[in-house]
Amino acid sequence: MHSAAAAAAPIVALTDAAKHFGAVRALDGVSLSISPGECLGLVGHNGAGKSTLVNVVNGGLSPSAGTVAFPASGAGSALGAGVRSVFQELSLCPNLTVAENLRISHAALKGLRWRGQAREEIAQALDQVFPGHGIAADAPVDSLSIAQRQMVEIAIGFAPRGTEARLVILDEPTSSLDAGIAEQLLSHIKRFCAAGGAVIFISHMLGEIFAVATRIIVMKDGRVVADEPAGRFTRQGLVDAMGHVAPDAAAVEAARSFGETVVTTPEGLTARRGEIVGLSGLAGHGQAEALARLYLGATSSWRAPKAAPMVFVAGDRGRDGVLPLWSILRNATVSILPRIARRGLVDRAEESRIAADWKARIGIRTEDVTNPILSLSGGNQQKVLFARALASDAPVVVMDDPMRGVDVGTKQDVYAMIRAEAARGRTFLWYSTETEEVCQCDRVFVFRDGQISAELSGADITEERILSASFEMAEA
Amino acid sequence: MKLLHKPWLWSWVAAAAAFALTVTLTGGSGASELAYAALSFGAFAAIVGLGQMLVITLGPGNVDLSIPATMTLAGTLALKTMGSDPGTAWLGLGVAILVGLGTGLANFTLIYLLRLPPIIATLAASLVYQSIAIWSNRGLRIKPPEGLADFATGRFFGISNVALVGLALSVVIWVLLERSVWGRWLLASGQNLRAARLAGIPVEAVRAATYLAVTVFAAIAGYLLASFSGGAALNMGTEYLLMSIAVVVIGGTSIAGGSSNVPGVWGASLFMFLVVSMLNSYGAGAGVRLILTGTIIIGIVIAASTRRATR
Repeated sequence: MHSAAAAAAPIVALTDAAKHFGAVRALDGVSLSISPGECLGLVGHNGAGKSTLVNVVNGGLSPSAGTVAFPASGAGSALGAGVRSVFQELSLCPNLTVAENLRISHAALKGLRWRGQAREEIAQALDQVFPGHGIAADAPVDSLSIAQRQMVEIAIGFAPRGTEARLVILDEPTSSLDAGIAEQLLSHIKRFCAAGGAVIFISHMLGEIFAVATRIIVMKDGRVVADEPAGRFTRQGLVDAMGHVAPDAAAVEAARSFGETVVTTPEGLTARRGEIVGLSGLAGHGQAEALARLYLGATSSWRAPKAAPMVFVAGDRGRDGVLPLWSILRNATVSILPRIARRGLVDRAEESRIAADWKARIGIRTEDVTNPILSLSGGNQQKVLFARALASDAPVVVMDDPMRGVDVGTKQDVYAMIRAEAARGRTFLWYSTETEEVCQCDRVFVFRDGQISAELSGADITEERILSASFEMAEA
Repeated sequence: MKLLHKPWLWSWVAAAAAFALTVTLTGGSGASELAYAALSFGAFAAIVGLGQMLVITLGPGNVDLSIPATMTLAGTLALKTMGSDPGTAWLGLGVAILVGLGTGLANFTLIYLLRLPPIIATLAASLVYQSIAIWSNRGLRIKPPEGLADFATGRFFGISNVALVGLALSVVIWVLLERSVWGRWLLASGQNLRAARLAGIPVEAVRAATYLAVTVFAAIAGYLLASFSGGAALNMGTEYLLMSIAVVVIGGTSIAGGSSNVPGVWGASLFMFLVVSMLNSYGAGAGVRLILTGTIIIGIVIAASTRRATR
């Protein structure tokens, strides 16, 4: 964008790029170029090769075959070409402050005053992307909420850092942000692209893709199966191109009847038998804490009865869910061990049978359930956590924003599974940052500042009602 | 090559090398005596090491430093109760196990109720246990009952009885870790305590049972050691403080928690005995011996951990 010739040249150009891990063809010959001013929406199922493509573009992986070039800048490396990545799994150092985290990827900050410069630069970047963010540059990262961490990570991606960001890759950037903050990010992306920058935007939320992308590519099994200007796609067309036929949105069911009240909390949250109760509101307003308190209060640190009264599906996989040294099998069955044990010893045949059953039912993408859990992509790890909870007989299932990083097709499957289980008398408490998911619930509690600001049910559950309840009390 | 990735391999390779080097010097004679001695003395380290392994598996910050004091207290009280009278061996064992349960309960109470870091809690508590041992011992050296002493120093099909007890305990621990619900719970808690709790695991019960197990193992080792060496001595546990941790680390158990290794503890226990006898037979002085032992341990740990990193 500095001269007429460079403006025309793509920032990055891939020619037949492929990446193989052993027999797995994670990327199977992709040709792609991204020009200044473009916002490329990248969609595909979990394990379609999106993350691998991103890592080949940003230099994290070198392709097994084919080439990656940076014609606009003529630089030999992604770093020199101004390619930045913001990952789905947070990569900040929690023990350092926000400003110090900027320094990690900004080698030009030197000398005695580097902290001052870092504070200034990160504050500026945050103000630009998220006006009114309320994050102090001196705050240690571990004191921030998960949404705030994601905001810092995005701001670092867009910060000048001594050179200039030319291509920013955002992998599921909005999965832990609430609607208002996500909107700020989308408008910043539009401004950034209008000024000649380029963005690769990966999201499972198709609404966001349509809102921001100028061009959309669809990946499947390591290949690009569609590459068109965004205007040529319809929502349904996109889902079809990904290779999963989403079932028609279930017809609004007749009002179901529920059993007796099985859950009550001090905040005023209640749930009846067979009911799907949603928790909504802006991210970080006490929903996750309320669910954690509920779960920890209902179960014991000292006893594990054969029939657990409640199970928990974690959304923050690394902190709350995955047992990283173990196989998929052991991760999936850890909550039902007392039930499948004989005289204290685990019945391993029964265990394998249950794991194989759930692998098929929920579609965990692996050859063998004895592979390590960390060999799976993030969305597939999440499926294992779902299997862990649903495999138990617990009458109440608590879900703390469990759909982060899960693709559209799996989401539909899990929705259907949740509805079926609820019909059989199970109760679900479901916190989600995605309004679309909350609208699947029978009843919704909207949280604001750790308290319930509204209780909606039936036809009252709409995006507008939820949003207005999220903000109402702030204006009062 | 799958075998090369087994974390216990390196402690066994090191033990075999130390054995070979010692036997080479003597020209092949005394090999069976050396193996017998290594198994007998290694058994004590292996028994306390197994307990320490369980605690270290609980994850970073978990360690029991009260092992030496518990060994001494259990040995002292058991021999005092038996008073060299014949037929009291089981009574003595019962007393030793009760001592182990008592010190484990006290340790965990400090850790759980007062929220003390385990390293502080067990070290502070061990001063109390040692004091009780001093107070009840009063400088007397009571001999173990004759039958018990014969058992502790005896052999069965050429293998020392102490080693057989240690092997039996190892099998129990191995089955517990590999097959039982409790073992799964322990391994899960060591990987991520919060995730384990949210998966429905009774993590505090797991921690309590583990801190009781380590002191019971130490108490059994103390009882056997006192019977083996003809009476309890106040410093009998001292060398097992470092030893219990060293055999766990050399044996390939992860210090980060969540992964245990029973065969490795045995390989490491044999190695720790054999390396000292090797240096002795090569005529190394006490100072040189300590320096070389330390250097060799560091080398083994580095070799074992780089192997695992490239897995």
